[in-house]
Amino acid sequence: MDTLIQQIVSGLATGGIYGSVALALVMIYQATDVVNYAQGEMAMFSTYLAWTLLNAGLPYWVAFVATLAIAFVGGVLLERILIRPVENAPVLTIVIVCIGLLVILNSVAGWIYSYIQKPFPSPFPSKPIRVGNIYFGAHDLGALAVTLLVLAGLYVFFRFTTLGLAMRAAAQNPVSSRLCGIRVGWMLALGWGLAALVGAVAGMMVAPIVFLDPNMMAGILIYAFASATLGGFTSPGGAVLGGLIVGVIENLVGTYVKFIGTELKLTVALALILIVLVVRPSGLFGRAAVHRV
Amino acid sequence: MPALLAVRNLEARYGETRVLRGIGFEVAEGGITTILGANGAGKTTTLRAVCGMVRTTGEVTLAGQRIEGRATEDVVRLGVAHVPEGRGTFVQLTVEENLRLGAYARRDRGGYAAELTRVYKYFPVLAERRHQVAGTLSGGEQQMLAVGRALMLRPRLLLLDEPSLGLAPLVVREIFRIIRTINREERVSVLLVEQNASLALGLADHAYLMETGSVVMSGPAAELRENDAIRRAYLGY
Repeated sequence: MDTLIQQIVSGLATGGIYGSVALALVMIYQATDVVNYAQGEMAMFSTYLAWTLLNAGLPYWVAFVATLAIAFVGGVLLERILIRPVENAPVLTIVIVCIGLLVILNSVAGWIYSYIQKPFPSPFPSKPIRVGNIYFGAHDLGALAVTLLVLAGLYVFFRFTTLGLAMRAAAQNPVSSRLCGIRVGWMLALGWGLAALVGAVAGMMVAPIVFLDPNMMAGILIYAFASATLGGFTSPGGAVLGGLIVGVIENLVGTYVKFIGTELKLTVALALILIVLVVRPSGLFGRAAVHRV
Repeated sequence: MPALLAVRNLEARYGETRVLRGIGFEVAEGGITTILGANGAGKTTTLRAVCGMVRTTGEVTLAGQRIEGRATEDVVRLGVAHVPEGRGTFVQLTVEENLRLGAYARRDRGGYAAELTRVYKYFPVLAERRHQVAGTLSGGEQQMLAVGRALMLRPRLLLLDEPSLGLAPLVVREIFRIIRTINREERVSVLLVEQNASLALGLADHAYLMETGSVVMSGPAAELRENDAIRRAYLGY
């Protein structure tokens, strides 16, 4: 029983990270109908920046906030410089640009920082926290708290601020948005900035677990795809919930199904994507695409 | 009366096809002007051209200021509210969020609450459904929402693209009644594009008739209503 609860909590912690990256994917997908394959590498690169800032002697939370700011500005700039010129191009063109960005960020990170794994500090104590008779990893609990805080912040922003409303409007109906005076191009850029910011949080929270290296987000991006698919690519809340579910399933299957263990965990994510696509393609909370003819 | 909107020699093309062949018209300050014409005459393109949604050549002057070639977002900031073809509802947002977006381009944030009350006064059904997702509204309610959203801007010029399309006659009459009230009480100038000529001529004080991208006739609405050619072709009696 204790193991079960421990595994669920630890699954929620990694699930929150998957959910964050999934949310970043969904945010951009809803606005542009394009999946940003470079989302993981953007997060990885942000985490390296955080590592640089920490090595320069900045306190953790200062480096954390600074990284979020840099990631946000970086995301906005990437949209303006790379995506804007191909905005009206066919979807495949934009996909290729994103994959190009993925490869470039990966190589540049390897070139600057080398491909050798680096440890990345956790801001939380290394001593486990005891609740009742069960011990939880402090980083697990802390990462979950940070992730949920960021997600709550985003929710409040999109739900209650005029700018958040304008961003949702721009994603749904660009033509009507322009007629309301909304600068749609900038809303898309802000969306990229926020997605980059969320990704940076995920990167910094997962790096202490998987260690820092240029390929650290590859697996996580697949889990994020599974999460977004499960929750529905059209539902931000669903993507986060999908992440939590995937995280827990992954941990439980890894612990209790002997032949899967840790080696085959990633396969679970891929199997999940397949099953969802066959059984319920719009995901648990997504809306099926309906087109008037 | 001085013209609030003056259009001269306006041309637009989609690819090789010339959709507007150098048209000219005016909307008087405080007046209601209508552009009539059959499907494909270029009425919708004319409205889209006024607020920078299609590329054009020619002159568009709003209150003495040249606005052709400006981005749609900037034309909106000059007080031009466009109720587009198909209503342009944000279907996944609530009624009230739709209305909030209508006021997005306004500088005075304070006026929002007063404006909202005003729109709800015109369209009580929107107040009843304020927290409902706009996509669940009926066609008539969505048209009211579209007009309401435009009013939130407190526009000087209201562009209406076929507000009667696909609606029951009773609903259409209600919407036209409100447009008239808005025009009289708030001095909002209106440019109305319609296929329903008898409705439009009943509302407007000045009318233009378009055929395949050109203005072929214009004059006071009352005169056009008496014109035999118009009667036969567009009014059907």
